[in-house]
Amino acid sequence: MTETTGLSVRRSVELTIDGDAVTVPEGTTLLQACRGRGTEVPTLCYGDTITPKNACRVCMVEVEGSRTLVPSCSRKAEPGMKVRTDTERTRHSRRLVLELLGSSVDLSLTANVARWNEAYGADPTRFGPDAATVAQPVKRDNALYVRDYAKCILCYQCVDACGEQWQQTFAIATAGRGFGAHIATEYETPLPDSACVYCGNCIQVCPTGALMFTSEHDMREAGTWDETRQTRTDTICPYCGVGCALTLHVQEDRIVKVTSPSDHSVTHGNLCIKGRFGFQHVQND
Amino acid sequence: MVGLATVFGAGGGTSSYADIERTDVIVMWGSNARNAHPIFFHHVLQGVRNGAKLYVVDPRRTESAQWADLWLGLDVGTDIALAHTIAREIIHAGLVRRDFVERSTSGFAEFAASVEEWTLERGSAVTGVPADAIRELAHAYARAPRAQMCWTLGITEHHNGVDNVLALINLALLCGHVGRPGSGLNPLRGQNNVQGGGDMGALPNKLPGFQDVEDDVARAKFDAAWGTPVPPRNGLNLTQMFEAMGRGDLRTLYVIGENPAQSEADGAHAEQLLEGLDFLVVQDIFLTKTARLADVVLPGSASWCEGEGTVTNSERRVQRVRKALHPPGDARDDCAIIVELARRMGRDWSYPTMQHVWDELRSLSPMHAGMSYARLEALGGIQWPCYTEDTLEPPYLHGRLWADDPAARGRLAPFSIVRDEPPVESTDGDYPLRLTTGRRLDSYNTGVQSRGFDSPLRFGETIDVSPEDADALGVADGETVRVVSRRGAVTAPVRVDEGLRPGLVFMTMHFPDEVDVNRLTIDATDPKSGTAEFKAAAVRIERIAAPAWT
Amino acid sequence: MDLKIASASATDAERDAVDSLLGPPPEAARGAARDDRGHRVARGGAALREMRHLMLPVLHAVNDRVGWLSRGAINYVSQRLDVAPAEVYGVATFYALFSTTERPARQVHVCVDLACRAAGGHVERDLPAGAHASPCLGLCERAPALMVIEAGETPLREVAGPVDRDGVRAVVAGARCDAEPPVPAATPQAPDDGLVLLRRVGRVVPTLAGYLASGGYAALRRAHEIGPAAVVEEVTASGLVGRGGAAFPTGRKWAAVAAQPATPHHLVCNADESEPGTFKDRVLIEGDPFALLEAMTIAAWATGCAHGWVYLRGEYPRAEAALRAAIDEAREAGWLGSHIGAAGQAFDVEIVRGGGAYICGEETAIFNSIEGHRGEPRNKPPFPVEVGLFGKPTVVNNVETLVNVPVIVAGGAAAYAAWGTEGSRGRKLFCVSGAVARPGVYEVAFGATLRELLDLAGGMRPGATMRAVLLGGAAGGFVGPADLDLPLTLEAARAAGTTLGSGVVLVLDESVDLLDQMMRIADFFHDESCGQCVPCRVGTVRQREALARLVAARADDRAGDLALLRELAQVMRDASICGLGQTAPNAIDSAISRLGVLA
Repeated sequence: MTETTGLSVRRSVELTIDGDAVTVPEGTTLLQACRGRGTEVPTLCYGDTITPKNACRVCMVEVEGSRTLVPSCSRKAEPGMKVRTDTERTRHSRRLVLELLGSSVDLSLTANVARWNEAYGADPTRFGPDAATVAQPVKRDNALYVRDYAKCILCYQCVDACGEQWQQTFAIATAGRGFGAHIATEYETPLPDSACVYCGNCIQVCPTGALMFTSEHDMREAGTWDETRQTRTDTICPYCGVGCALTLHVQEDRIVKVTSPSDHSVTHGNLCIKGRFGFQHVQND
Repeated sequence: MVGLATVFGAGGGTSSYADIERTDVIVMWGSNARNAHPIFFHHVLQGVRNGAKLYVVDPRRTESAQWADLWLGLDVGTDIALAHTIAREIIHAGLVRRDFVERSTSGFAEFAASVEEWTLERGSAVTGVPADAIRELAHAYARAPRAQMCWTLGITEHHNGVDNVLALINLALLCGHVGRPGSGLNPLRGQNNVQGGGDMGALPNKLPGFQDVEDDVARAKFDAAWGTPVPPRNGLNLTQMFEAMGRGDLRTLYVIGENPAQSEADGAHAEQLLEGLDFLVVQDIFLTKTARLADVVLPGSASWCEGEGTVTNSERRVQRVRKALHPPGDARDDCAIIVELARRMGRDWSYPTMQHVWDELRSLSPMHAGMSYARLEALGGIQWPCYTEDTLEPPYLHGRLWADDPAARGRLAPFSIVRDEPPVESTDGDYPLRLTTGRRLDSYNTGVQSRGFDSPLRFGETIDVSPEDADALGVADGETVRVVSRRGAVTAPVRVDEGLRPGLVFMTMHFPDEVDVNRLTIDATDPKSGTAEFKAAAVRIERIAAPAWT
Repeated sequence: MDLKIASASATDAERDAVDSLLGPPPEAARGAARDDRGHRVARGGAALREMRHLMLPVLHAVNDRVGWLSRGAINYVSQRLDVAPAEVYGVATFYALFSTTERPARQVHVCVDLACRAAGGHVERDLPAGAHASPCLGLCERAPALMVIEAGETPLREVAGPVDRDGVRAVVAGARCDAEPPVPAATPQAPDDGLVLLRRVGRVVPTLAGYLASGGYAALRRAHEIGPAAVVEEVTASGLVGRGGAAFPTGRKWAAVAAQPATPHHLVCNADESEPGTFKDRVLIEGDPFALLEAMTIAAWATGCAHGWVYLRGEYPRAEAALRAAIDEAREAGWLGSHIGAAGQAFDVEIVRGGGAYICGEETAIFNSIEGHRGEPRNKPPFPVEVGLFGKPTVVNNVETLVNVPVIVAGGAAAYAAWGTEGSRGRKLFCVSGAVARPGVYEVAFGATLRELLDLAGGMRPGATMRAVLLGGAAGGFVGPADLDLPLTLEAARAAGTTLGSGVVLVLDESVDLLDQMMRIADFFHDESCGQCVPCRVGTVRQREALARLVAARADDRAGDLALLRELAQVMRDASICGLGQTAPNAIDSAISRLGVLA
């Protein structure tokens, strides 16, 4: 019989970041260690409810003794590590990653990108007008959300949220290879014919606005989406007794979007179709 | 809630969601959580990912069952027979957790004697589940270092629902699977605050914090705080109210946020009784079917987004709901309506905010005493019990049963002697099909809240039948048929479902305006809890002659 | 899991193909007949999830039978393996040998890669209708080459080379390929050259009897005598390093796995030989398959592995047949199985056929592929020795590395270490192709010069003048005629700013268009990038675009794109997840900087 109630004791790890001695609990990633001391490291594919995929490679830092740069989002701090976040190599990598993504994907709704482009001197137009892109029409095949894969940076978060890390529905997967890799249902079938259960957990984790509530998408198209006039209120889902935490995004006394706090012990940012989309009955029309 | 309260003294699930992720065996009994409690099922799936074995007991091979290492498809209403068979197998295989049974429970010998007749052969014959599968579940549950037993309405919505729960609790007692990290008993609540309603005393026999109405000491505390004597006798549960209406003893009803005209079994009868009242008041956010019968309708607010307060979830976590929207038109906050009613009756209940209501509750209910609003905010909700503002209790209940000190162990947990009883209504030649009911993922109860949004998953009410029955009846997928019970008939399209076996059919109750399934269900209810036997009616399916216009 | 399966159903042939591998659906499983028991109990969960690694074999089975993967077929695979259709589709579309659109049962894959195009073979734009452009088929000693795959009840996979353009047209039109030349045609070295690794290839019939008669399994006997720890010590002392290109000390890898408390341990033989210009592993397996099995058995003994996997590239039908036959025979005779030799070692080997993806030669992508996922590399750390196949400690060695092991264990570390140089111990195989008189696999001790190696291969083909030599394949680098005295050692290559990589030595004469070779390399990485990380996924596209512009540009208008290539090279090297992206700019960079192309 195992009767463990043990709180595992986390040892601490000492390392240096940009020359400063830093002590963090064992298991801390370099990104967490950097953010913990106020050192900004840009991230694109990182999300706080999904195991880092380190696919975008914008968070790279230099670790002494390592042949290549190291993804700070997933590399754990090790004793004695000497980490540099702002070297010529890291700046070069971040600039090029911003340029490579910016030249192939629509990053207009991705947080911080304009600021980072400025900071790293990135010019996504430098590859010329003929540079290949992932531009494509918006997919609108159901009433609840749209998929605009022209904005997809292939962070894999939607796949992991739909799949093995949370919902385990696996309605979408990465298909194809290389530059042709893309997020897809089987045989690119429309969502209503797919396994999608409209939990919207993919929308919640999407960092680029590629996946979006239809309500938000339509308001953006109409030019009426205005986050400065929105409130966010945390409450509990009105449906079954699980007690899922909701964040209601309200503009002009109407719910325009529902998210879930990523740090909540019940939901970890996840909802079902009712919690995510089942608010029409309280809309003030 | 009644079953757990009977055995342990507290009517709440004994574990936490996090415990489901750290266990070795999960039994989901009469629960299709994948559809009905999707985010709870996330925790189950994490548990499975962490290595737990999943067993699902359900007449239907549900979405949840499809995740199971083993699905056991028992006949509707044979849960006690299955539980007893498992118990006997555990006892005969020498897998009883002896130290726990001896130190922390009572009535084992009588219990063991009562299940002695439930051999694997007999259990298999009664439940329809092959003996080897019953044996496998019994051994897996008993041998597991940690195990969770979870159930929902598949257990409780029977005429003997409380006995069903007691039969499951017996298994946990046999194996010591309660009161420990990773081991527990978990009823999943169907509604977002059904647990909170009970916590707050919205039960006919309880004051807030599960204090007994008939306990003079407890009642005296409330008498003093409220400045008025609390009636010393238990009230009526919903079923008893309807019985009282039927007798003409109950003439006035004040309904808040319920739709009994559509949610009660044998709906036609319920509607008739409501119509016969002298005075019916309905407070709701919608003009429900019940509200349309009312003399006075009080437009309330949606408590989860148009007002402040708390709700309690299935792991006993009390959480804040907050106002994000203004109630429409003349609608008012539910609490404000009640306070205003009190004022008209000559009482001045001064609650400037909902927090004042809550703080009064904390002063009267020891299990909520430590839950200040500030703490609820800071901790993302708190599980009861929480006795003081600077402590938290373990995330599971009844750890006391494992205490070395007999005094600390408290009241021993009694085994319950319950009898297997078939559903009230049998199938026969005229009504050969067993109808059971349940939920779909995107809809909720009578659909009042869920019908408003445009779900791509929704296809309306159907009568789900096995491929074999569809063949035998000569009906095709999508064909509209008449479903007839001894109480009424509805029409609905057929949906062929491979998760059903011959003789078993399924409907939801999500679309009562189109297909009033509760015209079919039976109003046989459990005398202990008042819950109706929604899960077992007898019906037949009739083809409708091809209409002339096709 | 709760699968949602669309209505498309598998055909009888598709179902048969799957069932021939998995057996009929077990009682009460999804897809099984509905019966009394199935109405009452069903099994799923972990037992089904543990079948995920059969994904690639099942997809091959369907593809072999009907030639493509229909929706119905994928739905059936989905049901049988309890994996959602979108996931199956994601896996199926990762591998080039599968198709999710209908196509003729007979597919002709014509190699358009470096050695074959240098030999005058087809290029992408001049392929006859009905033929597919293929990356390197590993038949470079008989370039230009092609492969035919014909689906059916008895599926056909055959390769041919050299095939001239008329020959290609004939095969596309349906002609059978000429019989393959015997294996030793690929090893032209004389028997008295003191061959060690190649000593049996072409001289000993690859049967168990032949193997035993030529000293086979003596090393395993000794390994059992001295015990696992001593074997690891021998291998460590021998100085053996990985021959796949990364040159990691084999003994250190083994010691790390042997020390891991987590069980079981896995042994993966990387036979996904896909580096353009490489074909030595194919020749080793075709010519001496038991040596690989003995080597794996020793490695497993040393590192505590009960299960071995050979991940064999899908384009090697003859090697697969040879290895399957050897495994069957070894199993039959007790050289694989639950009780091997005096020590009673338990070990068995399973072949996993690749699906056409260069990236699966990466040591972590190979795990994902075996486990039935897309062959995307994993982040390191954790390293495979700790968290590898199925999350367990895993040894990954390539074929050539492994076949050194029996030599070391039988002859002792000291004898082995006496070959080679201080920094490069032992013997090395090179795949010499291109404009030499006798292309093939050559074995030398480390330290022979490039010139000596080319002399072994008969020197330049008559009339040909050397322009460049590509060392290490597409991931390697070009050297010029001035570099012929380069000693073929790890340290000398490093010092000279190049690499031996996987042992490719592709000799290009003046007739070859180097720009075309460079464009092909850019195309290769563009095609073979898995797409997971940005520097590689987009970088390989931008590299190809920039190179295409350079090829078209005037000499005085190249500076911008040349600078761009350098910037791209740096981000790919610094920031790609795996070796594919990190090495993708190397050869192009070397052609510009070392050979002065585009100067």
